[in-house]
Amino acid sequence: MSILITPKTKIIVQGITGDFGGRHAKLSLDYGTQVVAGVTPGKGGQFFEHGTHKVPIFNSVADAAQATGASVSVIFVPPPYAADAILECVDAGLDLAVAITEGIPIKDMIRVKRAMQGSKTRLLGPNCPGIVTPGNGKDSSGGCRIGIAPGYIHKQGHVGVVSRSGTLTYEAVFQLTSKNIGQTTCVGIGGDPVNGTNHLDVIKLFNADPETHGIILIGEIGGNAEVEAARWIKANCTKPVAGFIAGATAPAGRRMGHAGAIVGGAEDTAAAKIAVFKECGIEVAVTPSDMADALLRSAKAKGVTLT
Amino acid sequence: MNIHEYQAKAIFEKFGVPVPKGAVATTPAGFITALDQLPEGPTMVKSQIHAGGRGKGTFTNGFKGGVKFCKTKAEAQAMAANMLGNTLVTIQTGPAGRKVQTIYFTVASEIKKEYYLAILLDRNSSRPVIVASTEGGVEIEKVAHETPEKLFKILIDPAYGLADFQVRELIFKLGFTGIEAKNAAKLIRNLYTAFWETDAAMIEVNPLITTPTGDVLALDAKVSFDSNALYRHPEIVALRDLNEEDSKEIEASKYSLSYIALDGNIACLVNGAGLAMSTMDIIQHFGGTPANFLDVGGGASKDQVIAAFKIILGDKNVKGILVNIFGGIMDCNVIATGIVAAVKEVGLKLPLVVRLEGNNVAAGKATLAASGLALVSGDTMADAAQKIVKLVA
Repeated sequence: MSILITPKTKIIVQGITGDFGGRHAKLSLDYGTQVVAGVTPGKGGQFFEHGTHKVPIFNSVADAAQATGASVSVIFVPPPYAADAILECVDAGLDLAVAITEGIPIKDMIRVKRAMQGSKTRLLGPNCPGIVTPGNGKDSSGGCRIGIAPGYIHKQGHVGVVSRSGTLTYEAVFQLTSKNIGQTTCVGIGGDPVNGTNHLDVIKLFNADPETHGIILIGEIGGNAEVEAARWIKANCTKPVAGFIAGATAPAGRRMGHAGAIVGGAEDTAAAKIAVFKECGIEVAVTPSDMADALLRSAKAKGVTLT
Repeated sequence: MNIHEYQAKAIFEKFGVPVPKGAVATTPAGFITALDQLPEGPTMVKSQIHAGGRGKGTFTNGFKGGVKFCKTKAEAQAMAANMLGNTLVTIQTGPAGRKVQTIYFTVASEIKKEYYLAILLDRNSSRPVIVASTEGGVEIEKVAHETPEKLFKILIDPAYGLADFQVRELIFKLGFTGIEAKNAAKLIRNLYTAFWETDAAMIEVNPLITTPTGDVLALDAKVSFDSNALYRHPEIVALRDLNEEDSKEIEASKYSLSYIALDGNIACLVNGAGLAMSTMDIIQHFGGTPANFLDVGGGASKDQVIAAFKIILGDKNVKGILVNIFGGIMDCNVIATGIVAAVKEVGLKLPLVVRLEGNNVAAGKATLAASGLALVSGDTMADAAQKIVKLVA
């Protein structure tokens, strides 16, 4: 089991004919992911070819979904057009839209998020690495890789990972896999201040997933999403949880690469978030090198087997 | 992106937000021309830098106060001479301070009462929020902490925009009546339009004032914009003042590098924002101090790495460098080749610790080892951070 996606999930790639989208569509196909359609307006009827794969391209998400039965789309569309691309997924009634695009204006996302209220579509991102449910083949192939994460660092198993940061997620996954601990699903929720799915949404899904035995929660400075998730964990989650907060050394008021990573006040500093983690029974990773070990400590304390 | 007060006020005026009449000067000769545009009488002299706390700041030449009240225009002209070209240190500038290159003269308004007004993003609701208070002219963080009942928040539905009933609610809470209420309502509506139309990240008016004649004015203006949206606002990009930005940060942006200078002596070069932040954290955890935040992005090409090394070495405080790359998709050997070429090109003399992980890492490490360079390899982030801290100590 896994959350949000399974190895059988059929996906659409919006922006498949671009360099970035095309490169990652190929990597997903190599991983064994069911990339069943591409969307590039004006290129409908053409094909995206890679090895023995021949993926049909459509003019719209609705056409692609109808023709292929795909329920998820991944968005590699440039920032000025990305908000529109997300809304197209909502209109097509998809279950999940994963927006990889970095640099979407905040106002566009404010409007998109409002427009998505009441729709059945969940948004992951934007400015996120995507989501991976590892498979059981060589280097975890045969799984569902949506986005830009390196597939081979994963391993099928029982730990859920949720993070705002791409490379920090890879770091955590790599530590787990190196210790022979597999993952159910690894979710990147993105580094922007307005995003579709937050830490708590993902934590709830992991908590409800019987195959997920432990969770790594990676956050950073800015906002209070991590604090909200931590308080919910304290009240509702009995699974071992390890947490890490990046940005202890960040100066106040400066944007650290991620638009969301700005320390606003006393409440959203790394120190404040770490204090809440501890208070909520989350095992804090003292350094980023300690994320997998922190989860192992928590699992041991709770008598839970992660492998 | 930040702009100066006088630029923010020009935007306010364009959107119908009243401000005291003002004029700017960048040279002593310009003082006279600027002051000629203002009526005789009490005048404010305001140093224009991108940092708060100007009024309580001190110039490096000992002169106190970057914002001054003057009874006459002649006094204002003399006062401006103490500020222009000198370096102002405030609680927000850091010890180095900022050189004042523009002086803004404004009519000194008669103040009946001061208020606070700001518009920004509320992250919890993903909606714009108007924050207002009857306690203006003071630090708003202090108000929020000590008298939260004096702080009012209005969340705005982006599908409808700011509704009239919300403006009325704010007006009543702030205690405006009569002509003041009418003027304040108009100002709030126009300020919200300015926020929305310009893709502002934050607008802060502290203080917003009422005058004895019932006028409502923005006495100060602090505006920053969403850098993601600048592509659709060339008129705002034109307001960028490179004098206010770190030259190394400007250079970095040319190579799509995200760089922020800090005060420490261990430079870092990392791919990915989250990993870059945590690399700074882990340096500090093991007793070192990070000299910068530097995210080379997902790729880390040879040209980027060379540019990054040059920028890092432009900081004279740097005593050592930590490179931390998680090559997920990219071949670590390509990255290693880039690092070796960069080190050779810039003739690096400082201690360098490289931690590579990911795709084809064995070949990458072999390339580093065979390079003949005096670099140290780190296995994990913790190992690499400890090594560079020790080398720099």
